[in-house]
Amino acid sequence: MKPPIYGVMAEFDNPASLVTAAREARARGYRKLDAYSPFPIEALTEALHLPKSKLPLIVLIGGILGGIAGYMMQYYVTVIYYPINVGGRPLHSWPMYIVITFELTVLFAAVSAVFGLLAVCGLPMPYHPTFNVPRFALASRNRFFLCIEAADPLFDRTETESFLESMDAREVSEVAH
Amino acid sequence: MADERQIAEEELEPAPVIAPGYTFGTVTDQIASVVLTRRTPVFWIACFAGGFSLLLLLLWSVALLLAKGVGIWGIKIPVGWGFAITNFVWWIGIGHAGTLISAILLLLNQTWRNSINRFAEAMTLFAVACAGMFPLLHMGRPWLFYWMFPYPNTMGVQPQFRSPLVWDVFAVSTYATVSFLFWFVGLLPDLATLRDRATNRLARATYGILAMGWRGSAWHWANHETATLLLAGLATPLVLSVHTVVSFDFAVAIVPGWHSTFFPPYFVAGAIYSGFAMVLVLAIPLRQVYGLKGLITDKHLENSAKVMLATGLIVGYAYVLETFTAWYSGNIYENAAIWHRMTGPYAPVYWCLITCNIVAPQALWFKKMRTTPVLLFIASLVVLVGMWLERYVIIVSSLAQDYLVSSWRVFSPTRWDWATYIGTIGLFTFLFFLFIRLLPMISIFEVRTLLPQAKVEEESKG
Repeated sequence: MKPPIYGVMAEFDNPASLVTAAREARARGYRKLDAYSPFPIEALTEALHLPKSKLPLIVLIGGILGGIAGYMMQYYVTVIYYPINVGGRPLHSWPMYIVITFELTVLFAAVSAVFGLLAVCGLPMPYHPTFNVPRFALASRNRFFLCIEAADPLFDRTETESFLESMDAREVSEVAH
Repeated sequence: MADERQIAEEELEPAPVIAPGYTFGTVTDQIASVVLTRRTPVFWIACFAGGFSLLLLLLWSVALLLAKGVGIWGIKIPVGWGFAITNFVWWIGIGHAGTLISAILLLLNQTWRNSINRFAEAMTLFAVACAGMFPLLHMGRPWLFYWMFPYPNTMGVQPQFRSPLVWDVFAVSTYATVSFLFWFVGLLPDLATLRDRATNRLARATYGILAMGWRGSAWHWANHETATLLLAGLATPLVLSVHTVVSFDFAVAIVPGWHSTFFPPYFVAGAIYSGFAMVLVLAIPLRQVYGLKGLITDKHLENSAKVMLATGLIVGYAYVLETFTAWYSGNIYENAAIWHRMTGPYAPVYWCLITCNIVAPQALWFKKMRTTPVLLFIASLVVLVGMWLERYVIIVSSLAQDYLVSSWRVFSPTRWDWATYIGTIGLFTFLFFLFIRLLPMISIFEVRTLLPQAKVEEESKG
C-alpha cells in the first residue's frame, strides 16, 4: 500500500485553463481543493466558491477601537489626569482631539489589516505539503496549479488523477505529506 | 450588436502600459535577476559608495551635535527652526508621492502605477526616515524623544494634545508605520518569488522567512487583494492628513507669513510636486542602467511629468494667493512679511524659488520635454531644489522678521547645517540602493497582471 498523500496536483500553462479546471472540479463535487497562481485571478474566487473574507470586519473593528482609544486617551489626559486651565477654556476641547483620534483610527485599522491578513491566510506557515512538489516553485513565476486534497470525500487517487489529466494539464503529480 | 460591442471595447481598451512581448516568465526573470545576480553594476557601486560616504558625514555631524548641542547649527532666536525643520518638511513631502502612487492611483484604477509603485513606496519609507531625524535632532536631547508620547511617568506630566507639534508626532509616526506595512504586504508575494528562484542557500532562507510561507493560493490572493484595497483606502486620507498636520505647525501659529488657512492644500500639493520629481530622478537612471525601459516606459515618465505640472500649477496658484491675501487682508504685518520675502535679505532665495517652481516647470507643457528623459531629469532636479527653497523661505524668512523690529535677525546656516542636510541625502541614497540590490524594485506580481495573457477570457467560463 502506498503511503497516504496530501492530494493530487495538476499544473497548467495559463490562467484560463486553471479557472476552467477549478470550475469543472467544483461541478464534479470536489470541495477540498485549492488553486495556486503567480498573481490574483478574480474568476477563481467565484470558480472555487471561496467564502466571504472576514478581513473587512477585522479592519472595521480595529479602526473603531483605535478611534475610541485615541479619543479616550486625550480625554483622560486633558480632563482628568493633567488638566491645564487656559483662560477658562473648556477642558473637554473635542475639536482639538480630532487629529490624533483620526491618526490612531488609521493606525489601528492598518495594523489590524496586516495582522488580520496574516491570520486569515494562516501565515506565517513554515511548512506546507504543496512545497514538496518540485515544480511548485513555478507557482510564483509562470505556472498555475490546482490541487485536489485527499481529505475530500470524493477523492480517489486514480480517478482524481485521470480527471485532472483530462483537464488539459501539463503535468499531474502527487503531493506527499 | 456583438461587433459594435467588440469595437467599442477595443477603443476603450487603454494603450498597453508596458512594452509588448513580455511573458510571465520573462517579467519575473528580468526583475528578479537584478536582485539574484552575483554581478553588481558599476553604477550601483558608485551610487552606493557616494551615499555611504555622505552617510558617514551625517554620522559625524550627528555625533558632534550630540556632543556639543544644537549651537553648532546656525539657529538663533528668533530663527529657532532653521534648516532642521526645512529639511523635515522637504523630506516628508518627497515621501508623499510614493503613497499617492501606491494608494490613490490604485483606488483610481490607474494600472500604469504597477511598475513604479514598489520603488516609490520604498522612497517614501526612506524619505520619512530622513524626515523623522530632524525634529529628533532638533530637540537637542534626542534620547528623551519618548517624552513626546503619553506614558505614565514619575514626573506627573503629559503632552499637550491641543498642540499641532504633538499632532505631528502622531501623524508622522502613523504615516511611517502604515507606509511600512503597506509596502511589506505588497512585497509578500514577490518575496515568495525570490524564495523560489534563489539558488544561494542563505538568500533562499532569508527570503523564505520573510515570505512567511506564502503559496499564492486563491484564498491568499483574495485576502491579499482585500487587504491591499483596505490599506489603500486608509493610506489615502492618511497621506493628505500628514502634510495637513505638518502645515498646521505653521498655520496655527500667529507668525505673519505662516498664519494662513490655505496652508494645508498648498502643502499637500507641494509635497506631491516634489515627490514626483524625486520619483523621476530615481526612475530615469534606474531604468537606463537596469534595462527596464520595457517596464518603466516613456509613458510612465510622461504621466509623472503631467502630475508634476498639475501640482506645480497648484503650488503656483498658492504663491499668487499668498501674495493677494497679504495685500487684501490689509494687515500690515502680513503685508510686511510678503514684502520682506520679495525684497528683503531673502529676496534672492525667494526669486530663485519662483524660477525653479513656477517658471521652469512650464517647459513641461511641451511633449518633447516630457518624453526626453534627460531634460525631464534636469527639470525634476530643478523642482526638488525649488521645493527645498520654498520651505526655507516660508520657515526662515517668516521667523527672521516678525512683529518686533528690534528682535529681527537674519539666519545664516553653518557648515554643520549643510553637513546634516547633505548627510541625510546620503542616508537616503544608501538605503535606497540597498533596497535596489536586495529586494525587487518593481512589483513583479502586479506587472504580471498587466500582461495580456493574464486576462481570463469570457469563453472559458462556459
